[in-house]
Amino acid sequence: METIKARFHVDWPGFSLDVDCVLPDRGVTALFGHSGSGKTTLLRCIAGLERARQGFLSFKGEIWQDDTTWRPTHKRPLGYVFQEASLFPHLTALGNLRYGIRRATTEHRVSLDQAVDLLGIGHLLDRKADRLSGGERQRVAIARALAVSPRLLLMDEPLAALDLKRKQEILPYLERLHDELKIPVLYVSHSPDEVARLADHLVAMEDGRIVASGPLVETLARIDLPIRLGEDIGVVLDVVVGERDKTWHLARMDFQGGSLWTRDMGAAAGSRMRVRVLARDVSLTRQLQTQTSIQNLVPARVSAIADDEHPGLALVRIRVGASVLIARLAKRAVAALELSPGQEVWAQVKTVALLE
Amino acid sequence: MLLSGSDMQAIWLTVKLASIVTVILLLVGTPIAWWLVRTGSWWKGPIGAVVALPLVLPPSVLGFYMLLAMGPDGPVGHLTRALGVGPLPFTFWGLVIASVFYSLPFMVQPLQNAFEAIGDRPLEVAATLGASPLDAFFSVVLPLARPGFLTAVIMTFTHTVGEFGVVLMIGGNLPGITRVVSVQIYDHVEALEYGQAHRLAAVMLIFAFLVLLALYAWRPDAKKG
Repeated sequence: METIKARFHVDWPGFSLDVDCVLPDRGVTALFGHSGSGKTTLLRCIAGLERARQGFLSFKGEIWQDDTTWRPTHKRPLGYVFQEASLFPHLTALGNLRYGIRRATTEHRVSLDQAVDLLGIGHLLDRKADRLSGGERQRVAIARALAVSPRLLLMDEPLAALDLKRKQEILPYLERLHDELKIPVLYVSHSPDEVARLADHLVAMEDGRIVASGPLVETLARIDLPIRLGEDIGVVLDVVVGERDKTWHLARMDFQGGSLWTRDMGAAAGSRMRVRVLARDVSLTRQLQTQTSIQNLVPARVSAIADDEHPGLALVRIRVGASVLIARLAKRAVAALELSPGQEVWAQVKTVALLE
Repeated sequence: MLLSGSDMQAIWLTVKLASIVTVILLLVGTPIAWWLVRTGSWWKGPIGAVVALPLVLPPSVLGFYMLLAMGPDGPVGHLTRALGVGPLPFTFWGLVIASVFYSLPFMVQPLQNAFEAIGDRPLEVAATLGASPLDAFFSVVLPLARPGFLTAVIMTFTHTVGEFGVVLMIGGNLPGITRVVSVQIYDHVEALEYGQAHRLAAVMLIFAFLVLLALYAWRPDAKKG
């Protein structure tokens, strides 16, 4: 009962949306897909900004839409962050924040001060929207959405309109939001990197349909995903910083079933992090290689092999203890090594990307 | 005295007429403009065309139909008689009503442009922040459309000041009741009082120029916010 149930059918010229899903009521759920996949439309239907003629939506047992019920957007307890900065230009940053607070009907779970602190916008409050940079504007917009104390936070590619530098400026705030607030977040994105950093749950969409849905780590570790991730195919691992090697400036990241060495980025031993291992950075050998520059060699067992997009490439799913890695190999290599499910191999991991 | 007593009376009457018409049109034209921007109705085209009619019709044509409608046998005439108000032609209030129709596009079209320029997004944002559509109209649309309102008010006021044909058809030429400045000038010319016509015409010319100057000087500011 305590979840988000959504069923929408939209038929527009040249576009259709047909979804029926149950979304978790905690953590960050990424709605991921290429442009035109229907992820934004799904989000707008959930917000009530778009009205699917046939639809059903319930939030924690409350019906927001069915054949006889329609709760308009302003009566839904949600916060919404639009893709481009959408501050009211006639108000200051503070005026924008107060606009929502004044109209909030629910109890105050997030205070103005908390929202201001979380997004680090204390020094911007008396400026008008056109006196803020793009990144600052989007931070104010996120704080404004939080300050209404929403029970559900919807974010439509909040970083897409920003350059890389501004993205890097905002991502840490989004991560804090994830860590500190107990509000379920639906996060629309077409960036695998953002999804890997922020999401707990992944809903992959294509052509107006949901093609995969599940916990992030598990879902990314599938090699039968029909979505085209291209160079971004890979897994994320939740790790704890184990040992730090001061001599070589390396840090050991322990995950369930193994560990990987990365550059030491200064995180204290014991802190939790998320790392990303791309399929293109993993290679396999039958025997342990000792004469190699690659520092991460982990024993693994092949669990499945599937075709990649290019006819010359294969994706090999391997188990390392309780965790999963994906390796992208040439099919000729798969044949030469006579790889098959169940086989024991050594995985060589060239790069591990820290996501925090 | 530069202007005669009857000239001053005509100016006062004109200002009164234009002010009342502007206030009425603010109240009537705003919802019409909003409806024209937001509606998906089939009626949008026809209503929009009717609103724009005074832009292209000769004022005498408009005045003629209004005279018929307000006359004792017209639908408006029947209504006013039933209400016990009496006939409207050749009264100040008849002139007000006629002017409201005549100046309608000068209020509606600038507002329509201003509302269109605002777009859907600020309304969607307001809705996600808990504002009802009416609330959003007053708290977001009105402040954002302020330059549009300024233009609309000035255009309506000046256009009403400058009307002539409709006044002659509906109001005639009654001193203190319907004799506005434009009619007064016409009277002066008819009576070959060119000196007085000159002075009054100059007042009108300077007034119109100053208003438009203010309007155009203000616009860039309005854009800068």
